[in-house]
Amino acid sequence: MSPGAPVIKIEGLHKYFGPLEVIKGVDLEIREGEVLVIFGRSGSGKSTMLRCINFLEEPTDGTIEVGGIRLSGGHRTRRKREQIRQLRIQAGMVFQEFNLFPNMTALENVMEGPVTVKGIPRVQAEALAREQLAKVGLADKAEQHPIRLSGGQKQRVAIARALAMEPKVMLFDEPTSALDPELIGEVLQVMKALAHSGMTMIVVTHEMGFAREVADRMLFFHEGVILEEGPPDELISNPQHEQTRKFLSAVL
Amino acid sequence: MTEETTRTLEDEANARRRAFAMAAAKQQRTFRIKVAIVWVCIFSLLAVFLGFAKFDWGWMRENAATILKGAWVTLFASFCSIILAIVLAILGSLARLSKNSIAYGISGFYTSFFRGTPLIVQIFLWYNAIPQVMGNVVLRLHLPGGLYRASVLAPILAGILALGFNYGAYMTEIFRAGIMAVGPGQTEAAEALGMTYRQRMRRVVLPQAFKIIVPPTANEFIAMMKDTALIGLLGSTLFWYDPFTYGLNLGTLASRYTEGLLVAASVYWALTAILTFFQTKLERRLAKSSARDQVDTGASTSRASRWFSGGAGGGSGGGAMMVQLPKVDDK
Repeated sequence: MSPGAPVIKIEGLHKYFGPLEVIKGVDLEIREGEVLVIFGRSGSGKSTMLRCINFLEEPTDGTIEVGGIRLSGGHRTRRKREQIRQLRIQAGMVFQEFNLFPNMTALENVMEGPVTVKGIPRVQAEALAREQLAKVGLADKAEQHPIRLSGGQKQRVAIARALAMEPKVMLFDEPTSALDPELIGEVLQVMKALAHSGMTMIVVTHEMGFAREVADRMLFFHEGVILEEGPPDELISNPQHEQTRKFLSAVL
Repeated sequence: MTEETTRTLEDEANARRRAFAMAAAKQQRTFRIKVAIVWVCIFSLLAVFLGFAKFDWGWMRENAATILKGAWVTLFASFCSIILAIVLAILGSLARLSKNSIAYGISGFYTSFFRGTPLIVQIFLWYNAIPQVMGNVVLRLHLPGGLYRASVLAPILAGILALGFNYGAYMTEIFRAGIMAVGPGQTEAAEALGMTYRQRMRRVVLPQAFKIIVPPTANEFIAMMKDTALIGLLGSTLFWYDPFTYGLNLGTLASRYTEGLLVAASVYWALTAILTFFQTKLERRLAKSSARDQVDTGASTSRASRWFSGGAGGGSGGGAMMVQLPKVDDK
């Protein structure tokens, strides 16, 4: 898959939590079809950066561009809120803690975005949702509530829910960190298939096997900056920085 | 493992479960019988003392039906008030949680005033202060006189407004806690899908919050039902007699003061018992719906691979999962 035009552009991103500077200037471009894996110690700002992309965190400084919508932080006027909403529709998000809606079945979870946000008729949305659930291998769990699903199944429903919005890019925030070891495989398998299908993806994860197999590029985050980046084989086998080496030897 | 050994394992486990269930049921039965005996004792004691008091039981029997009619007023007033209170509590709690300074300020004033002054004072204020204020406003601003006439509220209406606003203020706090109990992850997931604030609240947050809110709200409703008796203090018109006013007035007329109040008390008590019965049922149903406890982990790994093989199919993979114990109790 040869990368195309940029889908996401981040320029001069800074993020403060109170007096604490978590992201200290990040510039980044992700091209269409690219799979980007971000790793780094906890507290290095990688999740915060991901959450800044769809404005779940307000960027303190800098601009974010997703699918042609260019925005920066600051006061949310009515117009800006609508722009943020349009931006979020372009970017599907998968959380560490799944965050499925427990008051809905798996099917209803997946239908929710298309029906409520996009206004697609229920019949059409149901067909779309069933298709997405089949893709993540959960066609037979459509009528179950999340409480009856295992962690791996929940995360796959969450992926289907994000995909049902037909986003331009998928953001994964440590999607396997809350899972029991034996359930990680099924989620990674779904994500790999998604990567092979040409989806643009940003994945915050420590699953190096996954990164080696599908990532086009890897970023190592350290203390709020991108310390090192490169193709996975190069970065994993021949890291240039002491910090990267230390971290890799700890997780590999 | 052969099918036969699976079967015997299952049978043994079932027998064990059944024995436990029976022991527990027996224990519960004896406990209930003891509680019933305690109730009977209390009632007999009461009957003895009431007998000493030489009440006019005949008068009570004759007037019971009339006083009981007041129950309709009680139910009408409490239903209207609780609906008003729920609407105000939803608005109040959303405002309490919002970043909008105007909404936050108004709801802060609302809960502070209505929780900070006695209900009985508020009832009289709705009845007396509003016409007085409106009358002067109409004079000063040369508004049509109809506005003043409209502000003179019927006692029942003033009472419903007073109860609704008062209980709404308390329930604002209940609703706020219920909404806050729905984790931030739910809000984030809804936001990430591109939902607006309204959609997020209506589709995701409030439905989950309501499950938490319903039991304490039912509690408030039962409490409110008895507070409708206070409306009677405004002086009731011909059609709006509640059990308390009926009991008080009929009793006073016949010099059977205590008798009238005793009948009124029994009416409220009976209504409360009925409502408590429904409340318990409701709570059980809510508990059941949120306790679909069995987590299904069966053969899920193999299903992920279906994306690659392309088939959908019915998942007949996990034959070894037969050891799962079926429940013997409930249903």
